[in-house]
Amino acid sequence: MNDAIAIRARGLTRRFGHLTAVDRVDLDIPRAQIYGFLGPNGSGKSTTIRMLCGLLRPTSGSVSVLGTDVLREPEKLRRKLGYMTQKFSLWEDLTVGENLEFIARIYGIGREARGARIAARLEEYRLADRVKQRAGTMSGGQKQRLALAAATLHEPELLLLDEPTSAVDPQSRRDFWESLFQLVHRGTTILVSTHYMDEAERCHRLAILDTGRLAAEGTPQALAAAIDATVIEVEADDIEAARRALAAVAGLKSVAQLGTRLHALLERKIADPLGSVTHALRDLRTPARVELARPTLEDVFVAVTLEEAAAKRRPAA
Amino acid sequence: MGALLEAWGRIAAIAVKELRQLGRDRLTFGMVVGIPLLQILIFGYSINFDVRNIEAAVVDQARTSGSRALVRQLEATQVLHVTRQYGSPLELERAIDAGEVSVGIYVPPDFERRRLEDGRPAAQILVDGSEPTIEGVVRALAGAPQPLRAGASAFPARPIEVRTLYNPEKRTAVQIVPALIGVILNMTMVIFTAIAIVRERERGNLELLITTPVRSAELMAGKLLPYIGVGLIQTTLILLVGQWLFDVPVVGGVLDLYAAAALFIAATLMLGLLISTIAQTQFQAVQLSFFTMLPSILLSGFMFPFDGMPRAAQLIAQVLPLTHFVDLVRGVVLRGAPLASMPLPLLKLAAFFAIALVLAAVRFRKRLD
Repeated sequence: MNDAIAIRARGLTRRFGHLTAVDRVDLDIPRAQIYGFLGPNGSGKSTTIRMLCGLLRPTSGSVSVLGTDVLREPEKLRRKLGYMTQKFSLWEDLTVGENLEFIARIYGIGREARGARIAARLEEYRLADRVKQRAGTMSGGQKQRLALAAATLHEPELLLLDEPTSAVDPQSRRDFWESLFQLVHRGTTILVSTHYMDEAERCHRLAILDTGRLAAEGTPQALAAAIDATVIEVEADDIEAARRALAAVAGLKSVAQLGTRLHALLERKIADPLGSVTHALRDLRTPARVELARPTLEDVFVAVTLEEAAAKRRPAA
Repeated sequence: MGALLEAWGRIAAIAVKELRQLGRDRLTFGMVVGIPLLQILIFGYSINFDVRNIEAAVVDQARTSGSRALVRQLEATQVLHVTRQYGSPLELERAIDAGEVSVGIYVPPDFERRRLEDGRPAAQILVDGSEPTIEGVVRALAGAPQPLRAGASAFPARPIEVRTLYNPEKRTAVQIVPALIGVILNMTMVIFTAIAIVRERERGNLELLITTPVRSAELMAGKLLPYIGVGLIQTTLILLVGQWLFDVPVVGGVLDLYAAAALFIAATLMLGLLISTIAQTQFQAVQLSFFTMLPSILLSGFMFPFDGMPRAAQLIAQVLPLTHFVDLVRGVVLRGAPLASMPLPLLKLAAFFAIALVLAAVRFRKRLD
C-alpha cells in the first residue's frame, strides 16, 4: 500500500437495473491534495463518492480508502472520514450550536474537547454570532459553512464533498475554496465533485467523468496540454453568422460560445487550422478576428466528452 | 466497557436531539397532549354501551293477567319502555319498519296454552336488527332465566336480575378509559416512530448519519427512548382525566400499570420503527400506521367482546399488541390483579417487541441501497 495514496479504486462499477451509473473506474487519489470530479449531472460523480464512503455497495470492483477496505470494514473508516452531502443534511429545526453539539457527541468527542472544538469551528467558519440561530433560517452560504464545520469537527483525514457549492453565491464559493486550501495545508485529503469549470481549475488533480466513465485524468495543466484538438478563438460582430460559416470547416469537432467569442475545436491533423477557419469566415460583412488560443478546461471537457460519445458509437473493440 | 460507554453516549445524543426536535415541532407536540385529551373526552362522553329505555310497542292479543305481567316485567328491567299499544302484529311490524319503535312485544291469543306447553315460545319479541347493540341487549333479555314456568301462577317478586361484576353500575367509562390508554398510545406511538426515520431519510439527514460512527441499533434505541417517556406522560394524562371527569378508579397497583404501559409502548414504538423501514415517504408511513390502527381498535376487545369474535378475527387479534395490553390494563385497573398473575399477555407483548426489533434491524441497514 502506497502511503501517498488516499483512495485507490479498481474497476469500480455500479449498476442500477439496466443503467450503468459508474463504469469500470480506476482511481489513485493522492493524499493532502484537492482532487476534483468534473462532470455534468448524471455522469456518476455522486454515485462514485457514495461508493467511496460505503453508502453504496459497488456492483463490482474494489475500493481501498486510507488503507482500509471500504466493503469489509466500513465502521473503521467512519471516524477518519468527513462527508458533505449535495443537499444540506443537518437538522434545520436545530440551532447551529445544537447541530455541532450533536455531531461532536456522535463522533464521541469528549466533554472537555467538545466545547473548544466547536468554538474553534464557529470562529473559523464565521458562525460564532449565529450559534443560537436555527439552521433552517440561514442562507445557502451560511448553511454550507455550517455543513463544512460539522464535517471537519472530528478532524477527518479525508473529506468527501459532493457538489458543495451548488446552492451558494460566488463570494461564498470563493470563501469556501479558501477554507478547503487551509484544510489541505493541514494535511487533509479532499475529494470534491463539481460542474463548475472555475472550481475544477483550482483542484490539484482532476478526473473528468462522463456517463459513468472516467474520460480523462490529470492535473488541469496536463489535461489542457494533452487536449486532442486545436483551439481557435473567433471574435466577430455577427456571431451567429460566424457560427454558421464555421460549420463548413473540415475537421471541426465543436463550436462553443464564450461571451462574444467562439471557441472552435478542430482535429489536430488539420494542417493549417488558422488558414482554414479564416477562409471559412471570409464572406462575413465585417472581418472576424481569428487566433490560436490556449485550451481552457472547458475545451478539454468538450473534447473528451465528444471522444467518449464517438467511442460509444463505434462498435466495442 | 469503553465501547459500551461510547455507544451509550451516541444513544443519548440521538435521544436529546429527538426531544429537542419534538419540543420545536408544535404539531407533534400538540399530538402528545392534544390527542389524548381529545380522545378521552370524545370516547368518555359519547360512547355509551349502556342500553336503557328502548322504545317498545306491545300487541297483547291474550289479554290475560299473565300476559300483562309479562309486559310489566319486561318493562321493569328498564331496558324497554313501552310507549305504544297496537291491535295486530301487522301494525306492530309496520311501526318497526317505520322506525317508530325498535322493539315489539307480541303476545298471541293462545299465550296461556303455550305457556303450559314446554318447548313452545309463549310470546315473541321483535327487534330492529339494524342496530346491533339493541339486538344484542334484547336477546340477552329474552335469554335470561324464564320466570314464566309452566303451572306457575305468580311471578317472582323481583324482575330478571343481571348481576355485573367489577363494574356494578355498568358505566361504559369504567370499561373504556383504561383500555383507552392503549388505544391512544397505539395511535400516537406508532406514528411517532414510523415518521421518525422516514423523515430523516426524506430530509437527507439519514445520508449524513450513515457516514458517522452511529450504529443502526444505537440509532433505533436513541429514537425509542424519548418516546417511551412521552408515552408514559400520556398514560398519566389519561388516568388523571379519567379519574377526574369519569370517576374511573385505579384498583390495582399503579406501578404494575406503568410497567405494563412501558412494555406496550416499547412494542408499539417498535412497530412504528418497522413501518419506517418499509415506507419510503412520510405519507406512506402514516398510511401504514393507520392500516394497523383500525384492526387494533376493532379486534383488540376494546370495543367488542373478544369472545364473540369469529376465530379468524381472534387469531389476527393475537398479533396486535393492543389486544394484550387491553387484557393487562383491565386486569390491573378494574380487577386489581397484580401483573405477575397475567404472564401470558406479558409474554406475548414481549415477543411482539422482540420480533419487530429483529425485523426492523434486518431491514434497516446502514446503507442507501
